[in-house]
Amino acid sequence: MIPSSSELVQLSQALQSEDISSLELCEESFRRINEWSELNAFISLDQEGALECAERIDRERTKAKLDPLAGIPLAHKDLFCTKGLLTTCGSKILSNFVAPYDATLVSRLKEKNTILLGKTNMDEFAMGSSSEHSFYNPVRNPWDTTLVPGGSSGGSAAAVAAGLVPAATGTDTGGSIRQPAALCGITGVKPSYGRVSRFGMVAFASSLDQAGIFTRSAKDAAMMLDAICGFDPRDSTSLEVDPPNCMRGIEDSPQELTIGVPEEYFAQGLDPAVGEIIQAALSEFESLGARLISLRMPNSKSAIPCYYVIAPAEASSNLSRFDGVRYGYRSDSEHDLREMYKKTRSEGFGSEVQRRIMTGTYVLSHGYYDAYYLKAQKVRRLIFEDYSRAFEKCDLIMGPTTPTTAFKIGAKMDDPVLMYLNDIYTAAVNLAGLPAMSIPAGFDKTGLPVGLHMVAPYLQEAKLLSVAHLFQQHTDFHLKAPVKES
Amino acid sequence: MTQWESVIGLEVHIQLQSKSKIFSGASTQFGSDPNVQACLIDVALPGVLPVCNFEAVRMAVVFGLAVGAKINRRSIFERKNYFYPDLPKGYQISQYEIPIVSGGSIETEVDGEVRVVGLTRAHLEEDAGKSLHDQFSDATGIDLNRAGTPLLEIVSEPDIRSAAQAADYMRKLHSLVTYLGICDGNMQEGSLRCDANVSVRPIGQKKLGTRTELKNINSFRFVEKGIEVEIDRQIEVLESGGKIVQETRLYDSKRNITRSMRGKEDAQDYRYFPDPDLPPLVVSDDFIREVQRELPELPNERKNRFENELGLTTADAVQLTQSREVADYFEVALRQSPDNAKGVANWINVELASYLNKSGLNIQNSKVSAETLGELVAKVSDGTISGAGGKTLLQELWDDPRQSVDAIIEAKGLRQMDDSAELEKLVEQVMAENPDQTQKIQDGNHKVLGFLVGQVMKLSEGQANPKSVSDLLKHKLGI
Repeated sequence: MIPSSSELVQLSQALQSEDISSLELCEESFRRINEWSELNAFISLDQEGALECAERIDRERTKAKLDPLAGIPLAHKDLFCTKGLLTTCGSKILSNFVAPYDATLVSRLKEKNTILLGKTNMDEFAMGSSSEHSFYNPVRNPWDTTLVPGGSSGGSAAAVAAGLVPAATGTDTGGSIRQPAALCGITGVKPSYGRVSRFGMVAFASSLDQAGIFTRSAKDAAMMLDAICGFDPRDSTSLEVDPPNCMRGIEDSPQELTIGVPEEYFAQGLDPAVGEIIQAALSEFESLGARLISLRMPNSKSAIPCYYVIAPAEASSNLSRFDGVRYGYRSDSEHDLREMYKKTRSEGFGSEVQRRIMTGTYVLSHGYYDAYYLKAQKVRRLIFEDYSRAFEKCDLIMGPTTPTTAFKIGAKMDDPVLMYLNDIYTAAVNLAGLPAMSIPAGFDKTGLPVGLHMVAPYLQEAKLLSVAHLFQQHTDFHLKAPVKES
Repeated sequence: MTQWESVIGLEVHIQLQSKSKIFSGASTQFGSDPNVQACLIDVALPGVLPVCNFEAVRMAVVFGLAVGAKINRRSIFERKNYFYPDLPKGYQISQYEIPIVSGGSIETEVDGEVRVVGLTRAHLEEDAGKSLHDQFSDATGIDLNRAGTPLLEIVSEPDIRSAAQAADYMRKLHSLVTYLGICDGNMQEGSLRCDANVSVRPIGQKKLGTRTELKNINSFRFVEKGIEVEIDRQIEVLESGGKIVQETRLYDSKRNITRSMRGKEDAQDYRYFPDPDLPPLVVSDDFIREVQRELPELPNERKNRFENELGLTTADAVQLTQSREVADYFEVALRQSPDNAKGVANWINVELASYLNKSGLNIQNSKVSAETLGELVAKVSDGTISGAGGKTLLQELWDDPRQSVDAIIEAKGLRQMDDSAELEKLVEQVMAENPDQTQKIQDGNHKVLGFLVGQVMKLSEGQANPKSVSDLLKHKLGI
């Protein structure tokens, strides 16, 4: 029996000592995926391919020592191109798109002999905070299936939380890994911008998008991060620096640790129950020897407006290629070229994507560019400077990942601004390009998980993960898994 | 009656001849089957990203240095957003606010008048694909082979004042970029494409008139013709009390008119913004110095050197430096006949040029190599063969380039007579046969000498060296 709360590192050891086979592990995963089908966590599954691959790896293991990740079943957010498999981005417009190539992240994990079980559901083109904006229907939260799992990487978060896979990939443009990680009670990491190649990851907002991972624990995350980080000559924004080597430093939590706590994050809008749990988590750090200091992040209130100018602007251009000409959905009712474009894109994109394309087109338009796009770029600079100043005084910044716990499916669908406020604590990090993560900090009275948001200086993933690991050695929130009601 | 002045600025797109595309590794070769040279990136599949090809950047820097421009150490790629089926990403990556090259100039020369045309800028961008409207009865085909080919868009100041000057500017630019080896210069294949902004104003008026943009005038002739008829049209409109509408127009070469393509109200909002997939393009001082060192001698510098150091006429020097290949050919040939630059120039510009023209070959494909032509000129210069003999020799070489110069001279008996005993015999024979003429010379009428020389040449069947004959006659006649 493999517990659904098993950590990746444990499964890796069990595989290496041949206590379990990869085939058993994958079969168990598919059994759970089936059992939890109501989550709607997956858009497509590749059971045949995965089991074949597992058998091959089990055979290879008898002959040679394999990578610690070999034989581990994984799921990719359906935003990563996977050769020969459907890559939909949760959209009708790519509902028939089979990529002829693997994203760099996908091929790196393939080289490690991990096993891809399937592609996870998401908000269309990663635009959303609830995973409801999917052409493939909403994802459900395994802690309470009437609730959203968060988004946009909700399928990956739900899959890891329910123990369907020990790890899954996601992307984070404004909080799309950390927010669902918080709402699903798991560990989610967004590395520094440029750490993980964006090649083959369908672009939403190129200057903000960053691939990352969902796991149960920080140590698991370290193992995954080491596998996916690294320079890629096919991505001009990829960093030519040494990979972070998180695993090696995971036990080396800093001797002295100063944690900055921004006052602004505990102001109006924060659910008091969430606030209490975060305060308790911070006290835990204090008892572990950390020093807490209060911070001001004066520009944090501008993060959401700034984000909702820059992200849609880039998206409006990035999504222009979905025009029905070369691949993907094309409207049947075409007349002339203009009509074909209009119909294809109106029928192929969902309402939230259309809203953002229109917003983005507007802010880039002649006469509005300076007032919106250029202004937002200046604000972005100020937000970055807020962080630079803060990190002169502290090692990490902590606060709540989200203002509330998971909310009801449908609750915020009619109010985009309310939906956008889910990212109020996370979006600034993307604007500044910093590494950040969410870890389970506790549960509210109704049993819903609360996430602690941790932000590190640029490229300091190793420190970030070692501090999270320290917390997880003294708490067991991350080991709690939702139980399937029968 | 109002005297009009035309004001013209050109935007010329040149295809840079890098092996691979500007943002992908696909080949840029022309003429392949549709879409075989379009990779994942050129097709703009979901998830792909551009990576800048530094070879294209180097070529832009080469151009900038050659026209004396400022190379911006940090330039920005931006997205120009519009929908068209042959534009795969729905945007073109170009440069907008900060181009890689700012300023510089190009000299034009029309009817001996040299004028400097300022350049505003030159920026890097990618080419689009092609829409094939006439190959299918009920559909438009898209060929993305050209998509992503690196272009340098060279924008001039409105410094051009006539259609002829515009055409010369194009020619100078063509010569320069082929010289620099950054463009193959093939106009038929679209390697140089020109748009012209044209306006007219009464002479003396400072304010510019309303301009029209003439799109896709892609030959020297069409640049001149198209601008000419557009200027005439604008003057006619203004003189008949009308107004010029700011619009884009097309030149119809068959009817020799321009016609409206789209008005200003249809002008698109391209929503330019910096491409977040590409960091600022940075070129270092070291890199620029390196390019500067490797910069070939420019056509104008070379022309001046040919005039000043080698003593060529301006006409010869201009003709020889029209293309780098011709100038290179000349310099190689000159090594075989270093004391006769003028002779070498003449043989290339007149005799060889005629063979090349007749057979439609470039000098690179000349059947007679530069070394061999140089040898030929040397043989004429030192009197081994006559000029006429040289022409025969060239004909022989052209027909069968495997033959050696010396072998042909012997085989065809082209060697001029230099045996003085034999020559003396001929001279004496001619003097004996022409006593009257001989007497006239002795009486002081030296003009007749030429006649006697001619007679000796005839007798020698052209093998005597005319100068030797003349010298010998003078000696015999005591003059």
